[in-house]
Amino acid sequence: MSAVLPRANELTTPERGVWVAMRRDLRLAVRSKGELAQALAFFVIVVSLFPLAIGPESALLKRVAPGVVWVCALLAVMLTLPRIFQSDYLDGTLEQLALSRYPLPVLCAGKMIAHWLTTGVPLAITAPLLGLQFGLEGRELMVIVAGLILGTPILTMLGAIGAALVLGVRGGSILMALLVLPLYIPVLIFGAGAAEASMVGVDVTANLSLLAAMLLIGMVVTPFAAAAAVKISLD
Amino acid sequence: MALAADAVTLEVKGLGLARGSRCLFADLDFSLVSGHALILRGPNGVGKTSLLRVLAGLTIADSGSVVLQAARVRAFAPHVRDNVLYIGHANALKDDLTVQENLADQLALDTNDVTLADQLGALDAVHLGDRRDMLARRLSQGQKRRVGLARLRLNCGLAHKSMWLLDEPTNALDEQGSALFVETVNRHLSMGGAAVIASHLPLGLSGPVAELQMQERA
Repeated sequence: MSAVLPRANELTTPERGVWVAMRRDLRLAVRSKGELAQALAFFVIVVSLFPLAIGPESALLKRVAPGVVWVCALLAVMLTLPRIFQSDYLDGTLEQLALSRYPLPVLCAGKMIAHWLTTGVPLAITAPLLGLQFGLEGRELMVIVAGLILGTPILTMLGAIGAALVLGVRGGSILMALLVLPLYIPVLIFGAGAAEASMVGVDVTANLSLLAAMLLIGMVVTPFAAAAAVKISLD
Repeated sequence: MALAADAVTLEVKGLGLARGSRCLFADLDFSLVSGHALILRGPNGVGKTSLLRVLAGLTIADSGSVVLQAARVRAFAPHVRDNVLYIGHANALKDDLTVQENLADQLALDTNDVTLADQLGALDAVHLGDRRDMLARRLSQGQKRRVGLARLRLNCGLAHKSMWLLDEPTNALDEQGSALFVETVNRHLSMGGAAVIASHLPLGLSGPVAELQMQERA
């Protein structure tokens, strides 16, 4: 061991910080596969309840399909939000992240990406299979998938802010739902709107573009907001 | 760059913090020279942890200032993150990761330069070498503490953070573990680092040590 104290800051690039946080969360997610499967199973089961409850009338089923898929995806994402920060908060990891040489927003961005890869992406992949139950066809299914690919990262990013704010609060999960669900409304409107537009044969690019615009704004703003929320929770 | 010896590294002036209606400390003044350690003593609930968190910038004090290496400590400021290593009550271990993975993840937050051989060497030194592929959930409390100790030992050599803030570091450690801890802190101090340590137990540090006795306030 040398007696010199090096300052190893030359390699603290933001990309590296994103990677460090993302790799960690992905590895943890892979280790607890049960938790991963839960959200997906919830999504599949709840969506499947609707054809059973509404009955086999195909016109009606098709009419409600985009809304059902989107609301269920939104709830499934919301159920997984505590995973982003809760266990890190309880075991002291969050303090270590906050005091690491990487800026907290960068680490939050990495955590958001990991969360999206383990919830949003599986939901988007499963959605077309579920859409078949409602009699949706190729193009409509593709629009739903495209909408979910653009929309679920926004759900993750907004949700991370809510999840960070309720850390350490008793009854936090209900409070988080109350905080986060209103913020999800625009995503729901444009996501389900795109799918409906495809069903009536209208151009879907307007809705999808709006989702993409929200995604881009979210990518810039929400890591900072989530980091600020974590800061408040740690105080 | 070696840290200058005998330079004041931490200066606390008029620090005050209340939690709820209770005042934990007020008008606290002290300073710490590099190469020295400060031991915080006092009964449970007197505010030792809170003081450490204020020094780390995790908690914002109600009044007063903390100056670390000539720059004021603000929450999550880059110079705090570069210089402070805080180990609290919680071990920051993930139950589902192995001992070595946990150590690697903690170190990734401090430096890029730690090789696997370094990690295994440090785990051997804290007598966790044969447990490195064990899931952290299977470790005893003392063994969990030793993972943090391995991190401290590696911190001495790589990307040295000059200010260690340690909360009851010898909790759950056995005699041998405590001795390893003392040896590690001594090395850190001899390299020009400084440490603030909350502890109930006599540590037996060889370097210059000051004590701060914290009093229960009405």
